[in-house]
Amino acid sequence: MAENLKEKTGELDISSSGADGYVSLSARRQSSGKLGDAVFKGVAYGFAFSVILLMALLFIVLVKESWLSIKAFGFSFVYSSIWDPVAQEFGALPSIYGTIVSSIIAIVIAVPISLGIAIFLTEMAPKRLKGPIGTAIELLASIPSIIYGMWGLFVFAPFLSEYVEPFLIDYLGFIPLFTGAPLGIGMLPAGFILAIMIIPFISSVTRDIFQMVPSILKESGYGVGATKWEVIRKIVFPYARSGVIGAVILGLGRALGETMAVTFLIGNAQEIKLSLLDPATSISATLANEFTEAVEELYLSSLVELGLILFLITFVVLALAKLLIARFSYKGGKL
Amino acid sequence: MRRLLILVSALMLCMATASFSSAQLINGAGATFPAPLYSKWSYEYAKQTKIKLNYQSIGSGGGIKQVMAGTVDFGASDAPLGAKELKEGGLVQFPMAIGGVVPVVNIKGIAPGQMKLTGEVLADIYLGKITKWNDKRIADLNAGVALPDEKITVVHRSDGSGTTWIFTNYLSKVSPEWQKKAGFGTAVNWPAGVGGKGNEGVATYVKRIKNTIGYVEFAYAVQNKLTQTKLKNKAGSFVDPSMESFMAAAESADWKGTPGFGVILTEQAGKGAWPIAGATFILVKANPSECANAKEVLKFFDWAYKNGGAMAKALDYVPIPKNVFELMEQAWAKEVKCASQPVWGK
Repeated sequence: MAENLKEKTGELDISSSGADGYVSLSARRQSSGKLGDAVFKGVAYGFAFSVILLMALLFIVLVKESWLSIKAFGFSFVYSSIWDPVAQEFGALPSIYGTIVSSIIAIVIAVPISLGIAIFLTEMAPKRLKGPIGTAIELLASIPSIIYGMWGLFVFAPFLSEYVEPFLIDYLGFIPLFTGAPLGIGMLPAGFILAIMIIPFISSVTRDIFQMVPSILKESGYGVGATKWEVIRKIVFPYARSGVIGAVILGLGRALGETMAVTFLIGNAQEIKLSLLDPATSISATLANEFTEAVEELYLSSLVELGLILFLITFVVLALAKLLIARFSYKGGKL
Repeated sequence: MRRLLILVSALMLCMATASFSSAQLINGAGATFPAPLYSKWSYEYAKQTKIKLNYQSIGSGGGIKQVMAGTVDFGASDAPLGAKELKEGGLVQFPMAIGGVVPVVNIKGIAPGQMKLTGEVLADIYLGKITKWNDKRIADLNAGVALPDEKITVVHRSDGSGTTWIFTNYLSKVSPEWQKKAGFGTAVNWPAGVGGKGNEGVATYVKRIKNTIGYVEFAYAVQNKLTQTKLKNKAGSFVDPSMESFMAAAESADWKGTPGFGVILTEQAGKGAWPIAGATFILVKANPSECANAKEVLKFFDWAYKNGGAMAKALDYVPIPKNVFELMEQAWAKEVKCASQPVWGK
């Protein structure tokens, strides 16, 4: 490749003038190019490692600041569900539970819808629909989360409490998950708003991945008489599997750390209830709520430890994702 | 070209020094509750004196920390610091405005000021012990009012706040059980209910969800046209929340005998006193390192007291009583010192 390039520039020099000066200039340019390469390489390395350094520093600061709370509560911080700022007794279980459950609800709702959108856009939509719908999705992804939160509080929550939740309580109330009062705020509404927020992410990434499936594979499928459904299920999905898992994890990562929209809709109650209609809390919501007025050292330290736990949860999720992607990546052949 | 550069930089230097000497800047940080009032005051003050006040409403906790660290000239807190904390932090504390917290309800057919509650009943509602609006204890207080057979949804603040501090302090005074189970603070372990972020969050929930009860600062109840309730005060009469009843609470308090003016205005004995009132406080260093700034801070608050009463009332804050202000000025002269010389007064 490099040699090829050199030949080309050489040719160019000769063809343009052939004077000696130009040749020497081109040689100089090459040597400076080498230096430039080295510098560029160094800078790129530096940038790449700065990410790792930043991560490490973040982790160190989180551990240092939460040390007081780690010492005071030990492991019980993770499984205790008492959050009492007055008595200075803190346990993170309700926050951890809320973070995980609201994110799971979001994923369960968002993944099928996002896959549907991506399949429609790549396999079915007529050309003149592809553009507008694709742009609309990207626009949705760029709306700040506080807007989703306000919309959720003023528009979506009343809608849920008037129409959706009474229906759930009346017809599905025999399941303990759907009991209680139709407040319009709680675990389920938070999950809904998270789903709406991550659908654009998952669907636009999966759309790009589906577009990368070689059309020769799909056409071969149609050629041997497969239906559209068979092509999607047996050719597109297996080929794009690892990418789709990556997209879902990207969405999950966003859902786990989402703050403002969740704070507005989750109900902010430090308790664990089975019913999804009851108010709950999440790690990021607790942080957003309580950081400003946390005066006592131990209180502040416990809040930082919550941040540390969120950091670890995200880390574990990403690590699992890498494993999954490695396990399910398309190796060709057996479809 | 070079000459032009020198000219420009010289000009900039002049401007920099000029602005440095003429427009002094006072920095403050703390409670969010009085922030609109301090902004209004500082705006008017800057118009008259060219001295600017920069107030960051980062929350009482942050305000206390920053004034202790000396990064700001004054801090502001909704909850008073005790004598011990003041001494340890080397701080002087004084009140600047008074406000009230009001219970608000959303029940079909109930008008503002129609429902009567007592402290004990309010505490038991917040404890989750009274769960229905037609409970006998509520009905006994409200003879002749049609109360629905519906579950009560309790709304509280989700974020730490001075409003919560005042409200839970009141509940702790009137209910031993509340004192034992939850206590009082800027954030507590709520036995029941949903949490809304900020006064506006609670106001929204109460407006939207049926059969709710919540608590907000008086100004929010007025601005959002929420249905406030009457409360029985220590003297035994049912009072409405109003500027007058907050003032009555402030007047009956023992300002003189409380160190750092750390008077808690809940459950005051005055006849017309609203039981859930509270003052918001300013904190300055007893021995400031920036003496000129410390003097400007006191000058500003002196000006604010003398000229800012009407502005405070327009924003639904109650100015502090005159006798309290006089005590305050004495305290300034006695306690805020630079090189053993009082910063303020003769």
